[in-house]
Amino acid sequence: MTIETKDFTASELLCVMSARALEDGQVVFAGVGIPLLAATLAQRLHAPGVTILFEGGTIGPHVVPGQLPPTTNEQRCTRKANMLVSITEVLLLLQRGYVDVGFMGGAQIDQYGNLNSSFIGSADDPSVRLPGTGGGNDISSLTRMIVAMPQEKRRFVENVDFITSPGYVRGGTSRRDSGLIAGGMYRVVTDLAILGFDEETGRMRVEALHPGVTPEQAQENTGFELIIDSSVGTTEPPTEEELAALRHLDPDKVYTA
Amino acid sequence: MEKNVTQDYLSLREQTQSRDRSLRNKVMTLEEACGFVSDGEHVSLGGSTASRTPFAMVWALIRARKKNLSFSRSIVSTEGDLIFASGIGNHILTSWFSQGIVWGVSRVMRHFTENRLARFEEWSHMSIGLRYRAGAMGVPFMPMRSMMGSDVAAQLDNLEEMTCPFTGEKILLVPALNPDVALIHVQRCDPYGNAQLDGLTFMDIDMAMAANRVIITTERIISNDQIRRRPDHTKIPFFTVDAVVEAPYGCAPHECFGVYEPLFPHMDYYAELTRKEPMEGVKAYLDEYYYAPENWTEYLNLIGLDKLLDAARRGRSIYDD
Repeated sequence: MTIETKDFTASELLCVMSARALEDGQVVFAGVGIPLLAATLAQRLHAPGVTILFEGGTIGPHVVPGQLPPTTNEQRCTRKANMLVSITEVLLLLQRGYVDVGFMGGAQIDQYGNLNSSFIGSADDPSVRLPGTGGGNDISSLTRMIVAMPQEKRRFVENVDFITSPGYVRGGTSRRDSGLIAGGMYRVVTDLAILGFDEETGRMRVEALHPGVTPEQAQENTGFELIIDSSVGTTEPPTEEELAALRHLDPDKVYTA
Repeated sequence: MEKNVTQDYLSLREQTQSRDRSLRNKVMTLEEACGFVSDGEHVSLGGSTASRTPFAMVWALIRARKKNLSFSRSIVSTEGDLIFASGIGNHILTSWFSQGIVWGVSRVMRHFTENRLARFEEWSHMSIGLRYRAGAMGVPFMPMRSMMGSDVAAQLDNLEEMTCPFTGEKILLVPALNPDVALIHVQRCDPYGNAQLDGLTFMDIDMAMAANRVIITTERIISNDQIRRRPDHTKIPFFTVDAVVEAPYGCAPHECFGVYEPLFPHMDYYAELTRKEPMEGVKAYLDEYYYAPENWTEYLNLIGLDKLLDAARRGRSIYDD
């Protein structure tokens, strides 16, 4: 890592970079962990008009600094919200089309942006049974997705063991053909780069590299061939203001250890 | 194979019609309420993850040594570990199963599922909600647009894809879920079963309407006069309810909105206990907190007054905003 000399951790970088991916005025369905924190950070910096939705049934909350909820179902998720609804109702907002961005973490992702949070190994005889989809499958099926996760070879695999949350499925038109006619993977934000997807093939490509990261490093930490344009740009490093706001939100490093 | 939870319409109606729907006193003890749950039945749990988990009733079912129960819940936390480890059930239908993301993957869930001792049947979160809703509506299925193209759907055998007769679009049909019994914990309820819920309702209202029996545990029992002063706060109507049990701190160590937050130190303790030796840990936990106490108050005593008071202080603090 060439960014080790900088004064922030990899998960802080991930958090700041994914917060920047949100735009003011958007309706953002945020999962637990980095997405929850990054959406709240965006709300406190460049995007005060972001409306956060939490899976527990919250519309428009403002999470209190230092009181981060451990899941998206606790009362901590409801602070200064506009409305509380049932889980089914909040998920149906995705289906109805009110959501701009679905924002999730990921355990394992592949070249087409499919996410696995169900099984390591085969589903019939797994080496690890993971906790499962939660709302991940619904979110990725029904809206434009931003995923935040660390970029490591074991997490970025050619084909996931199990498609829990569909990206572009098997590439090309396969997502649409399967019946998922709306939404799709938009960005994967990692501690090395901002990744997007080729419109034709649905394969992952590098949109920008973080400061000090080379194309070779991004490739080395990926278990499949990334599309990298030789003229790929570089992101701006986290600012002091961003880092200060982040540390104010998560002083106990619940999500940014 | 667990029983079919999608009932044909006339048997569902007949079961509902045969229930005593009069306004009558249903207050009883946790032990008496266990009589509404028979071995082999499908039990749905209200709340989600660490919120409004009907722990007092799960605790009572484990102590009553029920058998072959099948469970469903939107998201399952530690109660799932305890259901598997106590042997009262070996099948849980849910969308996510572990204590909570900050505690990592449940080692107890892994032990039971990876060794095929029990089944974790995974559905998307919305599909579970729509299955309860279909059950609540008295229709056999709901159409929806997620899960297609995924292996979550590929793993399930009671799903159907169809072409919409109006638009020609591909759509997924998920079957109604009519639980035999729903266990739901609320902040307030009268002796008849009029249940008032504060905060997040999760899937509880659809679940109550879908179920053939409902057991309400409540932080406190209030009078019917009080209910009638604020009928807009009543979320579950009395005629769906069969039993009302007063169980203060009935979600401990989980949260009850506006009353107490999760008891984080106890949840950390459980995670640590089951991390290295999951089965030994969970068995020791069951012995200490489930089988040994004389009653619910003694269970709360074991958890500790300091932890309960701290959780209550944090819980009520949301009303300070």
